[in-house]
Amino acid sequence: MAGAHPAFLWRSPDPKPSYEVVVVGGGGHGLATAYYLAREQGIADVAVLERGWLAGGNITRNTTIIRSNYLWDESAAIYEHALRLWEGLEQELGYDLLFSQRGVLNLAHTLQDVRDGVRRVTANRLNGIDAEWLEPGELAAVCPILNLSRDVRYPVLGATFQPRGGIARHENVAWAYARAADALGVDLVQGCEVTGIEVRGGRAVAVETSRGRVAAGKVALVAAGHSSVLAAMAGLRLPVQSHPLQALVSELYEQVLDTVVMSNAVHVYVSQAHKGELVMGAGIDAYNSYAQRGSFHVVERQLAAALELFPLFARARVLRTWAGIVDVCPDASPVVGLTPVEGLYVNCGWGTGGFKATPASGRTFAWTIAHGEPHALVAPFSLDRFVTGALVDEHGAAGVAH
Amino acid sequence: MLRVPCPWCGERDEVEFSYGGQAGVRYPADPAALSDEEWAEFLFYRDNPKGRFVERWVHTHGCRRFLELERDTLTHEIHVRGR
Repeated sequence: MAGAHPAFLWRSPDPKPSYEVVVVGGGGHGLATAYYLAREQGIADVAVLERGWLAGGNITRNTTIIRSNYLWDESAAIYEHALRLWEGLEQELGYDLLFSQRGVLNLAHTLQDVRDGVRRVTANRLNGIDAEWLEPGELAAVCPILNLSRDVRYPVLGATFQPRGGIARHENVAWAYARAADALGVDLVQGCEVTGIEVRGGRAVAVETSRGRVAAGKVALVAAGHSSVLAAMAGLRLPVQSHPLQALVSELYEQVLDTVVMSNAVHVYVSQAHKGELVMGAGIDAYNSYAQRGSFHVVERQLAAALELFPLFARARVLRTWAGIVDVCPDASPVVGLTPVEGLYVNCGWGTGGFKATPASGRTFAWTIAHGEPHALVAPFSLDRFVTGALVDEHGAAGVAH
Repeated sequence: MLRVPCPWCGERDEVEFSYGGQAGVRYPADPAALSDEEWAEFLFYRDNPKGRFVERWVHTHGCRRFLELERDTLTHEIHVRGR
């Protein structure tokens, strides 16, 4: 099959002087936004401006977990919309995403965990989302290597299970969206840092970049951890804080784990990639940071938690660790939609769990940009909820673990 | 791991501390007079600079006192050790 795969999946054009829509940020959500603008909204005169290289940020730094078992109706609706898109995405984009619906377990280790889990399962079912409550005895059948001993500090008392949840290979997702967007005429411009946003008469009209001025009918900020920095260029404040979120992979092992296991209480989430690496994520580092690295004690604790759950991993070796910069909202829900600056749209605040939302985020944001009003699925996630008080508090279901 | 300078105990490992976020956020003098926008600002909006940031820590597993310092959020370098 030598030569079957092209050397480049997309063109690498210079930026034109003007576009109908300029998307700032060439990560998963930005690429998806551009794709759906061109594919569904009839707007192909789009540039994606990326400071570094395509998919160099959180889209390739996450732990690839996909699920929709969120507590509140607003979150369940957008994440379930995403999951339904995931289920047809390989066909739509014509690209293998290694999308594997291997099920996601969220473990309960305390009586309160159990109550919260059962409540969430019930809420999920009312929203038409597949969810089950599993007792410890039932867990062994789903995940035989899980330590179900009572003789540990935080014994497993049960778990929520979403069978349709799973994982996908994250870089393929970015490449697939990039290739499809490029084929529809979208300019993907790498090495192009946005250094200013030109606002005239309360309207965003252009961006200043390291490769010159680019005029824009509309400007869409999709920069995750750097959203505050970009928004400040238009005189806008966002209710997000940037933190490092660390993850790691082990060396390759035989397949021993064919589901996703998450635990908020002992705080680790684990899956095994198709190739064999154990992929593990931790909680965020407490301090604000843009450094794409965190403190080692977070990794240490995450591995301690992993060993508590999976004694089998005692001799596993860490291959590498890394961090992404996540933008976290006070209510652990995203900010998607319009801003006080006309023609300026923002999509941020996905915090520690944005990967799973990529298709729905891009699709609804594209609709929002094209229509100049929030798509019904993202209307609850508008910026003004912090003034009205209508927060979507997902600290329980989002946890930190994703 | 960061080494956090405590003005009372000296420089200690980060794990002894809890993070307090942006420093200098004062409780409103006249809360009842605030508009909804001003409440939102007080409750939910904090600076999030890429660069120097004046922040609070509390020495939870030490003297249990709060401290302020100026740290660079890109390099993690601590520039100003204050109290």
